[in-house]
Order: sequence, then C-alpha cells, then structure tokens
Amino acid sequence: MSKANPPSFTLDGKTIPFGEGQTIIQAAMDAGVYIPHLCFNPEFKPHGSCKLCTVKADGRQTASCTQQAKDGMVVESDIKEINDERRALLQMLFVEGNHFCPSCEKSGNCQLQATAYELDMMSPHFDHFFPDRPLDASHPDYLLDFNRCILCSLCVRASRDVDGKNVFALSGRGIKSHLIVNAKSGHLADTDFSGDDKAAHVCPVGVILKKRVGFATPIGQRSFDEQPISATPHPVVKGA
Amino acid sequence: MSANLETAANPETLRRVAIDPVSRVEGHGKVTILLDDKNKVHQVRLHIVEFRGFEKFIQGRPYWEVPVMVQRLCGICPVSHHLAASKALDAIVGAKHLTPTAEKNRRLMHYGQILQSHALHFFHLCSPDLLFGFDSDVSQRNIVGVAAKYPETAKRGILLRKFGQEVIRHTAGKRVHGTGSVPGGVNKSLSIAERDELLKDIYQMVAWSRDAVHMVKELHHQNPELYNSFGAFRANFMSMVGFDGGMDLYHGRLRGRDENGNVLFDGVDYQNYTQLIEEEVKNWSYMKFPYLKSLGREKGWYRVGPLSRVQNCDFIPTPLAEIERREFVAYSGVMPMHAPLGYHWARMIEMLHAAEMIKDLLHDDDITGSELMTSGERGFEGVGVIEAPRGTLIHHYRVDENDLVSMCNLIVSTTHNNQAMNEAVRRVAVQYLHGHEVTEGLLNHIEVAVRAFDPCLSCATHALGKMPLEVEVLDQTGQRLSALSRGGDGTICDG
Ligand code: SF4
Ligand code: FES
Repeated sequence: MSKANPPSFTLDGKTIPFGEGQTIIQAAMDAGVYIPHLCFNPEFKPHGSCKLCTVKADGRQTASCTQQAKDGMVVESDIKEINDERRALLQMLFVEGNHFCPSCEKSGNCQLQATAYELDMMSPHFDHFFPDRPLDASHPDYLLDFNRCILCSLCVRASRDVDGKNVFALSGRGIKSHLIVNAKSGHLADTDFSGDDKAAHVCPVGVILKKRVGFATPIGQRSFDEQPISATPHPVVKGA
Repeated sequence: MSANLETAANPETLRRVAIDPVSRVEGHGKVTILLDDKNKVHQVRLHIVEFRGFEKFIQGRPYWEVPVMVQRLCGICPVSHHLAASKALDAIVGAKHLTPTAEKNRRLMHYGQILQSHALHFFHLCSPDLLFGFDSDVSQRNIVGVAAKYPETAKRGILLRKFGQEVIRHTAGKRVHGTGSVPGGVNKSLSIAERDELLKDIYQMVAWSRDAVHMVKELHHQNPELYNSFGAFRANFMSMVGFDGGMDLYHGRLRGRDENGNVLFDGVDYQNYTQLIEEEVKNWSYMKFPYLKSLGREKGWYRVGPLSRVQNCDFIPTPLAEIERREFVAYSGVMPMHAPLGYHWARMIEMLHAAEMIKDLLHDDDITGSELMTSGERGFEGVGVIEAPRGTLIHHYRVDENDLVSMCNLIVSTTHNNQAMNEAVRRVAVQYLHGHEVTEGLLNHIEVAVRAFDPCLSCATHALGKMPLEVEVLDQTGQRLSALSRGGDGTICDG
C-alpha cells in the first residue's frame, strides 16, 4: 500500500493535508478550518500559553498551536469535552481582568468576546477578581487599558521580533503575571512606541488602543457582527 | 402646608408607614409616611437612591468611551444619556457645529427615544390607572387588563413604542445601548433602505399619537375635579427651549417661569448652569434637591418634564402638536396648569411632536448624508444638556491633557423633580390617606402621583400593579402592628 501524498490527519473526521513542520493549527488554517485560539497569530512564533487551541490528538490533549501534525493522526476539536474546557478557560480570563464589554470600544472586534460567543459562554461562572489596573494614557496617540489584558504576549512578540523595540514585557509569575512597559517610568510615553509599530495592531482584545477614535465603526459593521469568529480560520479584525 | 410635612415635630410619637418598591437595577424609590393614632398624616417623604457612584466610576476613563458607558445609568432612557454626554464632549473635540447629517441623525435618535419612552409610560404604566380608576380592581389594573378591555389602545401603545425603538436601532445600531453618537458627530447616517422602512409606518404613528392626545384630553375633560386637583401644587418651571423660543428637545437655551407663568430667566447658555442652579443635600435623602440660586432654597425649587416644556415654549414647531398645545394652554386659562395629572396630557402632545419631527427628518436628504464628523480646537471642559423624556438632563465633564475624564457631574431629570415629587406625594397623602386605614387602593394613589412625573426609578418600569410594595404600620416603640404586601404577581397578602 502506497502512502497518500501529501501527509494528512483527520480533524473531526475531515482530512487535513499538511506540509513539513506544520503544527495542527497551521494545517487546519491552511485548510480553512477554525480551531479556537487567542495567543496564536500565524504571523508570529507560537507561545502556547492560553490553551484555548487545545485539541485531542490520538486521544491525548495537546495545544494545537505547538503540536506538530503527524501523518494519520486523529484529531478531535469541536467536541463537548474540549469545548467545556475551553469555556472554563475563557471564564477564567474574564474574571481575572475587568472585561466590561458594554462600554468597551473593542466590542464587536474583540477576539476574546467573539470566542466566548462562539463557545456559548453565557456567564463568567467564577467570582470576579476585580483587579486594580490603572490605565496608561501618557502616550499622545495610544492608550493602554491593562484591565483587559489576557497576557497573550502578542504585543511582546511583535515589538521584539518585528519592530525590534522591546516596548512590552510580561512580568511576574502565575497569577501575578502582568504586562509591563519597558521604560524606567513604566509609561508608554517614555518608550519609542509608535502607531506604525506592528505591536500597535496585534492586541486581540482592547488593551492597546488608538486614542480618540473609539466607536467609529457602527454596530452591524464590526468584524464579528458580519460573521462569527469561526467563519474564518484566523480573524482579520477591523481597526486593529 | 405641605412644606411642613417634610419633617414632623415629634416623630417618635408617630406610626411609620413605608411604601417600599423593591428595585433591581439602577434606582430605588421608597415613600415613608408618619401617622398618629387617628391616622392623621404628619410627615411624608419620597426617597430615591441616586447614581452618584457613576460619576466616580467615569473618572479616569477615556472621554470617547463616556457616551457609551453612561448609557448604563439607565435601562429606560439610555439614549438621553448617550446624547447628553456626546453633546458635552463635542466641546472636547472642538466640534462647535456638527455637520447637518450628524445633528439630524442625533435628533432622529432623540425623537425616537421620546416617542418610545412616552408611549411606554402612558400606555403600559399609566393607562390602567386612568382607564379603570386609581383604586379599581387590582387584578385588572395593568396592561393585560387594558389589552382585554381596550385591545386597540393596547395594540397602538405597543406598536408606537416599537416604532420608536426601531428609529433608535437604525440610528444607534441597537435598540438599547447603541453607539451611534460619538464626540464630534455620529458613526453612521440612515441608509436609504432604513429610511424607507421607517417612512412606511410614520404616518400611522403620527395619526395614533394624535389619537392618544385626544384620549388623554377626553379623560381630563370627563373628570376635571379629579384631574385638576389630584396632588396639585404650584411651582416654578424650567426647561430648555429653542433659540427662537419654540419647543426644541435637543438643543437651545434654558428658560424658567414662576408659578404664575412669568418668565424668571431666559436665554441662559447651559454651559453656565452652575450659576443658575445649586444642589442642596438633605440628611434624609440620597438624592440632592436642586434649586434656582436667585430664588434660594425655600422658593427656588422647580419642576421639569413635559408639563414644564409644553407651557414654557412659545410654540411647537410642528403643526398638529401646536394645535394641541394651544388647546392645552387655553384649557388651563390665565394661570399655568400645575396638576400632576396634566403631565399625561402634555406628554402625549410631546409624543405627537416627536412623531411629526421624525416624519420631517425622514423627508430631509441630510439624514442619509455622508459627512458624519467635525472637529476643531481641543477643549478641556464641556456641558451637554438635552430635554430627556422626563425632563432636563445635564452632563458636565472635564477632561485632562491625557484624554482621561477628571470630573463628571450629572443632574438627571428625576433629581430636578425631587422636591416637586415630594410635594405631590404629600398632597395626595393629605387628600386621600388622612384619617383612613391604609389599603392597597389608597397606596396606589401615592403611586399614581409619583408615576405622573415618570421618575426614572427602575421600579417605575415594572408593569403597573406588579410593583412589589411593602407597607408596615409600626407603633411608637417600633413594634410592628400590621403589614400589607403586594407581590410581583399583583396579589395582596397580610403579614
Ligand atoms: S496587551 Fe493585548 S497583545 Fe499584549 S499581552 Fe495583553 S492581550 Fe496580549
Ligand atoms: S492559541 Fe495555542 S495556546 Fe494559545
């Protein structure tokens, strides 16, 4: 028996071909299939921290953004067991920060919110932490609202790997982890951050915001009003 | 005489009756009454918990978030807060004059809000009292009862409200808590399809609104003793009027009149409202008591809302509502109408005006225009005033150089009416409770008086007859003698 070429695996029963060195989520995206994810962005090296992309590969749970695809692998993603866990992870993200969707300008363009809709998250379930996280409004053109940070590190990776600036960093460990700005004062105004940076446009939630333009897109025309997050393998968000 | 009912001389010798509508959302209202052993009324107070916490909450937030965030003050008239905040923040982005498309779309949103709110208030909340009687059978005295006996009236009420909500949806993006208005303009204008959809029904809405004015006018004519005297007291009036003196619920200058209808002040730029109004704090109420500085706290309190607006303007700039305004003014004679039940009549005149304005705006090409935003020299402080369904609404902000709000002061319509509502409740208590055993029907009289003002309490949004009420009669030592309660399903039980 000759092996099928190219190699492939099945994702919820569907055959997904993959290329050399591809991870499960990369191959799925190339095939146009959505796997929930937050810290993964195809433009950057995977970070593997949010675990939203967890799938069952040959019966074992693994992060699909870091797990290499293997020929003949049987991958399960859209199943109750996995979706229940993803929902619980989302709920934890919601209570750890201060996510007040009704007045957030990223509402409708936010991947966290859209993923929560996708996974039928109806309530936060856990007790809110209500952390105290002051805003950084020091920069003339950009605002940082740390209340919404989910520590995906995309801005860290973008600033370091693409912009070559290292404006952002994750600090602290475990439940104490938080995003910091690499400046003596800790203020964005005291860095060389600019609106042209890649880091200004990668935040999947509403932390890194261009000032004075919030709510410019009417309801009905925002990214996830038009289609659910699952309609594209990786969302392209308006105004990001 | 009612002023001395604010505080009884010897409260410790009196029985206390509390009407305590339990609330779930943003407001909480309660009436307490002190009676002696002959059921004579000695003290009556309406307490309303207000939203001072919100003003703190807004501080430190970016200013462009505020018009959306402040809508959470209220599930009933979020659009009013949305627009008042936007107007205040127009000054921050230096938008002295909005584009015609922006201003007209904001106005359209506002008239949609007036229409839906006035329809809700009159048909859903008040018509059961007015159609069946204040102490009629409580099982019938609700919107379901109205639907059974007057199906056409109930249907119109529901459809008028729905139409207003559709206007809001098309301009704000959502029926509740939309985002249409932003500092400096709007984020969308009406599309041709949206305009045509609204145009299909607007003529029917105008006709039904006019019928509603006639209905409430008829009620007034049928029972003038009741309608003219129920809870009546004399007071000053205040509202915004257009620059030409006509009714303008969206923009203009402040005008006040005394109880005889004489102009007290006129043409006041609302940016200077702090020179006009002072807010008094009383130790028994969470809500402040505003008054006109020039008249002092004893004489300076005033009334806002439909009754003030219809009598404060020189004319209404839409023809059908203007005919009704003239009739209203002629009915009250040389003196202005002060009767709280007159609010309903005035409110329906405004609903007709809102429907006519919507019709005109839908025929205006600017409404589908594409120039949405303007800006100019950056400002650091702004006041926005709008005539919300319940009355004058003031938003005042200061914004720092980093674009964060550093100060916020809000005076909502219900606060302006605080003293006036207390007066009305005192009159009704004296007129109806004095010397009688407390019954559900008598309690409802108090509620009818409060409701006439359409106060923005969350409890006022409960369908009539479903507001949970608790009345306790206590003796001097605080011992409970008897109690009466009404559950959410309208059933009454002892104990
Ligand atoms: S600011 Fe945004 S991009 Fe950066 S770590 Fe937080 S959530 Fe991720
Ligand atoms: S997307 Fe894979 S761990 Fe976050």
